[in-house]
Formats: sequence, structure tokens, C-alpha cells
Amino acid sequence: MNRKIIILAILAVALVGCASVTKMGAQLGQGAGVLTEEQTQSINRTADAFEKSAEDILPEQEYYLGRAVAASLLGDYQALDNPSANAYLNQLGQTLAMASDRPETFGGYHFLLLDSEEINAFAAPGGLILVSRGLVNLCSDEDELAAVLAHEIAHVQNLDGLKAIDASRDRSKWITLGVEAARHLGTEELRELAGQFDDSVRDIVVTVANNGYARGQEHQADRDAIAILTRTGYSPLALRSMLAEMEQRWQGSGPGFARTHPSPTDRLGAVAADLTGARASTVSRIRAARFAAVMDGLSGS
Amino acid sequence: MHRWRGITTALALLGLVAVVWAATQTQSVQVRRGQLRETPTFLGKIGTTVSYGDRLEILAESAGWYQVRNPDGRSGWIHGSALSEKKIILKAGQSDLQAGAAGDEIALAGKGFNEEVESTWRSSNPEMDYSWVDLMESWQVSPEKAVAFLHEGGVQ
Repeated sequence: MNRKIIILAILAVALVGCASVTKMGAQLGQGAGVLTEEQTQSINRTADAFEKSAEDILPEQEYYLGRAVAASLLGDYQALDNPSANAYLNQLGQTLAMASDRPETFGGYHFLLLDSEEINAFAAPGGLILVSRGLVNLCSDEDELAAVLAHEIAHVQNLDGLKAIDASRDRSKWITLGVEAARHLGTEELRELAGQFDDSVRDIVVTVANNGYARGQEHQADRDAIAILTRTGYSPLALRSMLAEMEQRWQGSGPGFARTHPSPTDRLGAVAADLTGARASTVSRIRAARFAAVMDGLSGS
Repeated sequence: MHRWRGITTALALLGLVAVVWAATQTQSVQVRRGQLRETPTFLGKIGTTVSYGDRLEILAESAGWYQVRNPDGRSGWIHGSALSEKKIILKAGQSDLQAGAAGDEIALAGKGFNEEVESTWRSSNPEMDYSWVDLMESWQVSPEKAVAFLHEGGVQ
């Protein structure tokens, strides 16, 4: 019994993600005679795999990928040149990001409105988040817009963009680190790296703009959004009302979320249990007024 | 009875591991710029700043924040998402690289996808316009302004 409990406890820590602690626990477990050497090695391999998948790509590399993904998307979508609306979006978005599980990225979180009627939003790796005018128009108040942004922040937090890179691609040149890295990049190596960069950017853009993430990733982003909203003081019920409004306008086909996201009905069902007992918040006059001012500006765009 | 004793042993074991781990770790700053704050919150007063690759000694951990000490001996709190267990080397040719340390443990800043690769990629894709990307990266909201934004909006 004791052995099982200790193994479970160590694996629980592994799932939380702290590989060093896990490995140390496994070593102590072996030293205390409750784990065999084989079990210790197995736990260590699990810890290594977890850490490697989470940290293979340095935030610095994620940053450059994110910039290229955003630039690619901005080739298909026009940015909305509305300084006050973009300032408001960043005040709200960066405030929410500070309450996420990953408040710090290499270059920080930044938000930009897109001049598009589509209901759409994109989270580029590293924290560059693009939101369409159509999606903002769908929101009836600041809390609902907060729910939209919190969902996108969750995709950055969960490294969903990076996970979209085809795992079969050769990552040797940009992942392998160590002694090889000491060499100066030659022209051929640089060309090869730029090719791998291009492949990776395309994988991410195709996923966020056409294929969408896995259903489970979207549900997780919704659950994480609820956590972010709750921590900042916005009502998590705003996610539900925003999705209900989206459901009203859902056409099931065409560009935007209809192509890349599970239906609002599906998402509402997945978060129903997480919202049990959540309290509605009263939207203050100032909060309503500043949101209305932005919406007025957007309608004139 | 046995069961409770087992759980107690496991928890004590993990607690000991966490204490040992916190006392012996150093980690690298993996963001471009970081701040060491007096308290474990973004509203904590900034004591000093740290840069990409700086090695920080871990003194304690609290709810995702780490109390650290920089090489100058100054301590403060920084969020764990700004830190990496890998040793981030800023310049090639340093002793760690020459000694052939394992790739899992060290990383070379600027290796892989970097400014040079971005520049090469952009020259092959001249239609890519980074002007909005550069502009949006300049939009920064301080923690103080974030709190004021919530307060003014009656978000509690």
C-alpha cells in the first residue's frame, strides 16, 4: 500500500510538471526502498518527457515564430487603425494576461483589432493576439470581451500554437542545443533554418486560420479562461453569455470560428459544470460607458 | 491506519524534496526583461531588473512566484513563467559549451529561430509587412495601470 501511495504521489507531482522535484522524489523513493531501480528510471523518463515537450522551444524562438505568424495573418486581414480602441483592448487584455498561469512571455502580450466582420480571433505564439471587429461586436459588455481575450490568452499559456507544428518535421537545427550551437551560422545553415522556420510558421497559420485546434484544446482554453476571469474579478458567466450570443449567429460553415472552433453549443456543454455556482457581476456605469465608447468608435470604422 | 501512515510519509517526503529543491536551484531568466519585486505580485515595488540569460539563485517559492537572488546579491520576487531550469548561454564558446554539457540542461540564446533567421525569411517573403507587429509590441500596460483599469471599472 505504502509503495503505491508514494508512486502515485510522485507521479502526481510529475503531472504538475516539475520534473526536477519528481526526479528527486523518485531517487528518495528508491533510497527508502519503496521503488525499484526500474520504477525510478521509468518515473525519470516520464519527468524528462514532460519537461522536454514543455520546454523544447525556448520563449525566444517562440517569440520570432509568433511575430511571423502575426505578420502572415496580417497579410490576409487588415489591422484596424483605431488607436483608442486598440489601447482599450490592450488595457483589458494585458490586465487579464497578468492573471494567467503564464503572465511572462519573451516579448509580452499585445493585442490588435482586425478590420473584419468575421467572428474571429488568433493567438500567435508568445502572446500576439489579433481580434476581429466582428467578434468584438458580438460582445454585449466588457465582461464578455474579457472572456474572448482570456480564451485567446489561454491558447498562448498552453503553447497551443507551438503544438500545431508538425511533429514529424526535422527540428534538429533549431531544437538541438549544446556544443553544436557554438558554431557560427553559415549561409547554408541559415538558409536551412529559414526553411524550417517557414514550415513551422505555415503549420501554425494553417491551424489557427483554417483547421483549428483540437476540440480538447478549445475546451481547455475555455476552462482556463474561466480561471482568468475569476482571478481578475470579471464574471465567468460572461463566457456563457458570449457563447450563447455566438450560437445565435452561428452558421456552421464559412470563415472564422465556424471553421476553426467547435460549435458554441458544444463549448457551452463542456463548461457547464465549471460554471456551476458562479456569480454574476454587476457591470458598473464606468465599465459600461468605456465599453460603449469603444463600440461607438468601431461602428464608425 | 497503514494507509494514513503511507499518505503522511509520502507527503513528508514530497515536502522535504520541495525544500531541498528550492534551496539548491538556480534558474535562468528566459524573457527579454524581468523585474525583481519586493513582494510576490506584479504590484510589488521593483527592486531591480534582470535580463535574458541572467542566472538567479532560488530562495523560496510561493504560488508560482520565486524569491531569487541575482549575482550582485540583490534579491526579490519574479514569476516562475519568466524562469527556465535550463542554463541559457548568451555567447557561444563559453566553458559550458566547450565542456559539452547536455543539450537538455543548457541552451544558447539566439540559437535556432532568431533575428537573423527572421531577417532571412523576410527577405524571401517580401510581402510580409511587420509594421503592425512592431507597433503592437510597443503597446505596454503597466501593472499599476492594469489595477487602476480594474478599479475604475468596478471589477472586484
